[in-house]
Amino acid sequence: MGTRDYRFKTSHSLSGPGDGGKTGSWRVQRPVLDVERCTPAKRGSEACFICWLYCPDCVITRTIPPTIDYEYCKGCGICAEECPTKAITMIDEADAVATDEDPAACSTEGPRPCT
Amino acid sequence: MHMIENGNVAAALGVKLAGAQVIAAYPITPQTPLTEKLSEFIEAGEMKAQYVPVESEHSALAACIAASSTGARAFTATSANGLLYMHEQVHWAAGARLPIVMCVVNRAVGAPWNIWNDHQDSISQRDTGWIQMYCCDHQQIIDSVLKAFAIAEAVSIPVMVCYDGYLLSHTYMPFEVPDEDKVARFLPPFKPSYALDPENPASLNTVTLPDVRMDVAGEIAHGYMEIRYLLQEDLRATLTVAQQVENRFAEVFGRGGDALIEPYRCDDAEYIVVGLGSLTYQLHDVVDTLRGEGQKIGVLGVRLYRPFPDEAIAAAVRPARGVFVIEKALSYGYEGALCSDLKAALYGRGAAAAGGAAAVEGGGSAGGAPFVRGLVAGIGGRDIRTADLTDTLRAAIAGTLEDGPGWIGIKL
Repeated sequence: MGTRDYRFKTSHSLSGPGDGGKTGSWRVQRPVLDVERCTPAKRGSEACFICWLYCPDCVITRTIPPTIDYEYCKGCGICAEECPTKAITMIDEADAVATDEDPAACSTEGPRPCT
Repeated sequence: MHMIENGNVAAALGVKLAGAQVIAAYPITPQTPLTEKLSEFIEAGEMKAQYVPVESEHSALAACIAASSTGARAFTATSANGLLYMHEQVHWAAGARLPIVMCVVNRAVGAPWNIWNDHQDSISQRDTGWIQMYCCDHQQIIDSVLKAFAIAEAVSIPVMVCYDGYLLSHTYMPFEVPDEDKVARFLPPFKPSYALDPENPASLNTVTLPDVRMDVAGEIAHGYMEIRYLLQEDLRATLTVAQQVENRFAEVFGRGGDALIEPYRCDDAEYIVVGLGSLTYQLHDVVDTLRGEGQKIGVLGVRLYRPFPDEAIAAAVRPARGVFVIEKALSYGYEGALCSDLKAALYGRGAAAAGGAAAVEGGGSAGGAPFVRGLVAGIGGRDIRTADLTDTLRAAIAGTLEDGPGWIGIKL
């Protein structure tokens, strides 16, 4: 694999999901959202979204409830640190992979886009 | 127009003529008058450029990297410890493939503090991926600044234009200032192949994985190793591009010749002295004297040090019996870097093709490579007297130069 025809000779990271590769594999700890404590999920309205705002990799959606894209989440833990209601907890990735049937889903309800 | 001015003014006039759009620099002796002159040009409205007065050399080059990333023609200048202070960004500018031009007004590196001329500062940056040109007089300074922008923009690699502190930077010498309309012909406005665009945002030079990857558009993007290989490949191609630029310069301005090396009386020379910068023009006088004594000796000035013109240098010195490399810098713990590079050039493909063992003492006429002797001079601005050079080379040819330190003028 490899080519001389790539349009850049230097490192360019373009906006869009995963231009740097599937960085979810870097994760050691996984953020898990508890919808019982999450402000927009509890109220059913646009509110808070601190996690969405702070996520340095833009993997948290501005939806009700917010979702986390585990394909790209590096597990930095900033969302858990910033969440004012402690709705996000960091769990050990190895345990999560062992127990979680569908690691891409963080909510059984499914997200509802904001209007 | 002819002018009698110092080397820093020659450089500043070159930068002005080149139409540099962003200048970020921090003053350091002996570079200071160059940046002062540029800020005067801008203040007086003679030059349409943004002057960024930064707080350090590291910031100076960082500002130029940012400016160049947006497609501006960017220039900075420094000396000695200032160059070392920006070292991290020196690597960065080359890896980012930005055609920045920087004048390095060569000065000794501390400790101890010393403001006078040698080449330790720029030679210690030889492995950063920049192109390095060395100037011998003021005409070469002003011309090299123009050529540097042309080469840098052709290959997307930054260029250092190196000239000797005080010996050139502060001495007055006549030179011709190129006409503006001819410069416009030689160096049209910079059209970058890529420039930052707020409408199409991109992050440049973020963490790049060891291996290639698929980018967001599904194209195979380079890994770090591919990006670095392309830099090396383009640097080697610069040996050809620099000569093409030199030829174009000669067409427009009627002067120029060899972009890589500058031989003087080398044609039938049994001995060749090799050096960088203004020292090589001083050596012309030494060679004239020794020629008068019947010695067949010549000088080979190295104009372009990186990329290293190995084939041109090997071809120039191989017919000789002996080569003396006189350097104002040292790879401490071994020898001068130019000396090592020259020996490597003789030992490489060319030496193998000659069918003999390379670097055989006294080879030359026997079909092998000439012997190579490294000498050091002028460290920290120690005066290099023409008489001392003449005596040293006379002794070296006679074989009476001891296997001593080879530091010309050392008083120990």
